[in-house]
Amino acid sequence: MDFQIALILGQDGITNGAIYALLALALVLVFAVTRVIFIPQGEFVAYGALTLAMVGNGVLPATVWLLLGAGVVVAVLDGMAALRAGQSKRLIAIMAVNLAYPLALLGLLKAMPLAELALALQVLVALLIVVPLGPMMYRIVYQPIAEAPVLVLLIVSVAAHLAMVGLGLLFFGAEGYRTPAFSDARFEVGPMTVTGQTVWVVMSSLVLIVALALFFGRTIYGKALRATAINRNGARLMGISPALAGKLTFFLAALIGTLSGVLISPITTIYYDSGFLIGLKGFVAAIIGGLASYPIAAGGAILVGLLEAFSSFWASAYKEVIVFTLIIPVLVWRSLTSHHMEEEE
Amino acid sequence: MGAHNEVSRAVLEVSNLTVHYGKVEALSNASIKVGEGQIVTVIGPNGAGKTTMLSAVMGMLASKGQVGFDGQIEGVPEVERMVARGMNLVPEKRELFGEMSVEDNLVLGAFQRYRMGKRDHGDTMEEVYALFPRLKERRAQLAGTLSGGERQMLAVGRALMAKPKLLMLDEPSLGLAPLIVREIFRIISELRRRGVSILLVEQNARAALQVADYAYVLETGAIAMEGPAHMLADDPRVIEAYLGLGGKHQDMLAG
Amino acid sequence: MKAGLSPRLFLVVFMGILLLAPLTLSAFYITLLNYIGLYAMVALGLVLLTGVGGLTSFGQAAFVGIGAYTTAVLSTSAELPAWIAWAGGAPWISLVVGLVLTAAVAVLIGSLTLKLSGHYLPLGTIAWGISLYFLFGTMATLGGHTGLSGIPAISVFGVELLQGHQVYYLIWAFLLLGIFTTRNLLDSREGRAIRALKGGIVMAEAMGVDTARSRMVIFVIAALLACASGWLYAHMQRFVNPTPFGLHLGIEYLFMAVVGGAAHVWGALVGAGVITVLKQWLQDVLPKLLGESGNFEIIVFGILMVLILHKARGGLWPIIVAGVNRVVPIRVDRRRIDPNATPLPRRNMPAAGDVLLEARDVTRRFGGLVANNNMSLSVRAGEILALIGPNGAGKSTMFNQVSGVDTPTSGEVLFLGQSVVGKGSRAISRLGMSRTFQHVKLLPTMSVLENVAIGAHLRGSKGVLASAWRMDRVEEDRILAEAARQIERVGLAEHMHDEAGSLALGQQRILEIARALASDPCLLLLDEPAAGLRYKEKQALGDLLKRLRGEGMGVLLVEHDMDFVMGLVDRVVVMEFGEKIAEGLPEEVQKNPAVLEAYLGGVE
Repeated sequence: MDFQIALILGQDGITNGAIYALLALALVLVFAVTRVIFIPQGEFVAYGALTLAMVGNGVLPATVWLLLGAGVVVAVLDGMAALRAGQSKRLIAIMAVNLAYPLALLGLLKAMPLAELALALQVLVALLIVVPLGPMMYRIVYQPIAEAPVLVLLIVSVAAHLAMVGLGLLFFGAEGYRTPAFSDARFEVGPMTVTGQTVWVVMSSLVLIVALALFFGRTIYGKALRATAINRNGARLMGISPALAGKLTFFLAALIGTLSGVLISPITTIYYDSGFLIGLKGFVAAIIGGLASYPIAAGGAILVGLLEAFSSFWASAYKEVIVFTLIIPVLVWRSLTSHHMEEEE
Repeated sequence: MGAHNEVSRAVLEVSNLTVHYGKVEALSNASIKVGEGQIVTVIGPNGAGKTTMLSAVMGMLASKGQVGFDGQIEGVPEVERMVARGMNLVPEKRELFGEMSVEDNLVLGAFQRYRMGKRDHGDTMEEVYALFPRLKERRAQLAGTLSGGERQMLAVGRALMAKPKLLMLDEPSLGLAPLIVREIFRIISELRRRGVSILLVEQNARAALQVADYAYVLETGAIAMEGPAHMLADDPRVIEAYLGLGGKHQDMLAG
Repeated sequence: MKAGLSPRLFLVVFMGILLLAPLTLSAFYITLLNYIGLYAMVALGLVLLTGVGGLTSFGQAAFVGIGAYTTAVLSTSAELPAWIAWAGGAPWISLVVGLVLTAAVAVLIGSLTLKLSGHYLPLGTIAWGISLYFLFGTMATLGGHTGLSGIPAISVFGVELLQGHQVYYLIWAFLLLGIFTTRNLLDSREGRAIRALKGGIVMAEAMGVDTARSRMVIFVIAALLACASGWLYAHMQRFVNPTPFGLHLGIEYLFMAVVGGAAHVWGALVGAGVITVLKQWLQDVLPKLLGESGNFEIIVFGILMVLILHKARGGLWPIIVAGVNRVVPIRVDRRRIDPNATPLPRRNMPAAGDVLLEARDVTRRFGGLVANNNMSLSVRAGEILALIGPNGAGKSTMFNQVSGVDTPTSGEVLFLGQSVVGKGSRAISRLGMSRTFQHVKLLPTMSVLENVAIGAHLRGSKGVLASAWRMDRVEEDRILAEAARQIERVGLAEHMHDEAGSLALGQQRILEIARALASDPCLLLLDEPAAGLRYKEKQALGDLLKRLRGEGMGVLLVEHDMDFVMGLVDRVVVMEFGEKIAEGLPEEVQKNPAVLEAYLGGVE
């Protein structure tokens, strides 16, 4: 391999690594706050990318029907809970958030010439459709068993992942899509050519990471999420309910996942089931950080990206084997350095 | 004893509260009352169900019975709602946010008020700092690095950030050296002077009975005795409950 | 409880149906039943692993793949390397090779990943599940993604099992063999050790169970069951490719176990049946319904799983049993206890007055916090020593130092003259120290008898194979008789066969003492045995402890309840702020002003 190729591979690795870093951060966040190992994170990537592709093709994305369906389920669950607690006043708010919003969005999308919208607006549409699925998913799937052991939550995550992949096939078909690049610019930096999309991916990741850091460091809601992660009981005593923290966390995770999908789809073709492997690579990184450390997870993500890029050159057939086998020594090292074995039923 | 806590206006009125852990009844039919501006203490030996009672009142544990708070009855208390309505618990384990700064811990104490649109936590924080100057010195420090006494101060301070109508303290003297215990109890008296009603659960019966207006003795999950605190302080049966002395040595304790 | 139909009757009827099924059913249904049998074998391994042992694996499909590919390569490859050529072309030999290979791989993967705590383990299984799948697809000798074909059929006594209904009997024979082996294993000394994993590592180790070994045992057994399923699959299909060994199948296997009821061997069969039939039906119906082709059944499976975990975490089997019970009561067969079984050998008890346990200057720091500071105490045979002190005084920490759960920062702990610092609770238990727990740790769904028998773990020696094939019954009778004796000794005889979880807290604490006694200890460590007990129960407990003391047992008691302690113990050590503040006879300690202050608080 010559230097030129190494530079290209390095660039690929860092681009993908930046995406994995975002996903890893979301996974660490979700686990820390809710103890959920968020396997469906990858599906948000695929849904984001493919919803954008549908919008770009001028088709009404089927995910909006999922949004409506999930809204109905949440409205029924929350509505019944409110009635049982004798708080019928809350019904209007519940209906507005869970039914009126999806319906309004549906109407708007039907009225708009989707394919002719500017790319930025198309991205916004994808976000408006896919991101609310995050908190709704928390409400439907996880909130009823929020106190269950981590292993049960994990199995539920795998089940939710499976259902979302199946729905993805139903919504988007088996065909893969690539969305147009955000920028066709090319920069000559010394001996290498950097594509505009790479710059977009890396810069967006950095901006998002900084924004998250500010959110957690400066705002009371961000602090509330950190507090929940550190001490759930303590947080409850401050009036920070696990349900609120869970929905907020899943909102962030869905936002990160959808944005990652939007960013990566100009680089690789995304199929309905591509999210899983992308998400798992984020997982490898998150586990390098012990599902606890954000900076180590981000660093691990870059490492995973580079490892993947270089192994695809040297042993392309074994690319996935190498990346996923990496996780085992990391896991062993992690569990040897963590001390609490007991009481993790 | 047949005594009752006669108050003009009750902040907290718990009746027939019962808690089960699986098949085990940890608290049976407990009824207590806290009047406005009162310090009421629940004392009793370890394992009597004191912490269980506070957790159930707060809504951290499922229970049967009635919890009347601030003139409104809750069938099933729910933590977030109780906090929003002005009830606050400083738990036995403190439950601080160890990897966050002292100041962030305090800010989160006002989370529920912030959510309801009351953005006055800056002023409240100054009041808390006035009460606990030590916390102001350490405000940038991580909560996990504080000493035992400072942690307890932070836990109380954090609860005060919510401007509670009723403050419930679970074993505030636990594991603290006597000098710091005295400081904590001084602050409890001070809080009452500022109009906060307090429900104090203590194993340290003497200190608790000294500051309290009214006291309940909890034994194996049931209220065994109640009465004005100064009267219980001299009651030999309290000592008996704690030390299994059979009343033989109360002369020594009195001395 | 005695009335009702014997579960054996159900079994006989079920076997009869199985036997006759091929005579009446069409080829289509036979194939379906074959698949159910194959899947149930893998799910059975997961019942053992997940439902019983508390470990979760999404990677079992990879072990199926190892079994299938091993036999595929050995029976189709024309030019095997010389060293393995002897195994070529003979399915039964390649089964053995496959099992050996699987065991080796499982031991390797297990030794790497079984140490993983909690959720890391299932994530690890996803990782190696995917890796092995990609390996199957990329290695040239395994035929890549096209796979290997031309696999011969299995011959049994010269009969080639070419047809579906022929291989049917072999598959179900394998499955039933697996089910009975697993059931036998669970009802044995080794089985109790495996089931104890769910009661927490601390408890199991304190009873002398090597938890790392138990985890490995069930991991390997689960892998072997999967491998055998793969072997059968390869010879049934006569063709293998990587698809059926991917992660999605690994997930499906786990779903089968969970849907069926992961805590019951028959749950594996129910789960495999439900999922397989449902999948067949959905694959038929959904594409027609949706007007597109694709594996849409995963949507239904995903939603079904979420619902089951929300509403019925125990799976379908318990629901089925409860349903049948409502129609025709099923008799519950109690374990018979043989009172004439030869008693287990006992250790030589130290003479009364001998020092059993001695802690010298034990200090334990957690970071800057000194939880125990220069603590010393000693316990003699035929003596009850109480360690008391207010909440947070460091009693539990001290208890952990002497029981081997934790290691002191400095200082010495001697048991029968030997240092036990850093030895671990299993070794300490073998020496004759046994304990109970502050928060009762028992297995709520197991009977009182079985719970107590866990305590006698180190007094038996029969291993996995002996247990699985019932060559352990003599020893088993002796262990159960010993457990029954201890239960009678503590006065729980009337609850012998009840579920431990149905006892009141006080009785559960007594049960823990019986479990400790079953290990034939000379020193008992009791962590707050009177907490939560009623007055009468406390009296009974006190009487029991006095009796044990009379028999020469040493007892160390950590307790809050002064009332209980004062009438009972010989000596008292009082702690506050991690240090010893008083030691002596109960009546001396009671008068000690420092003790009064510690308990009632200081007066100004």
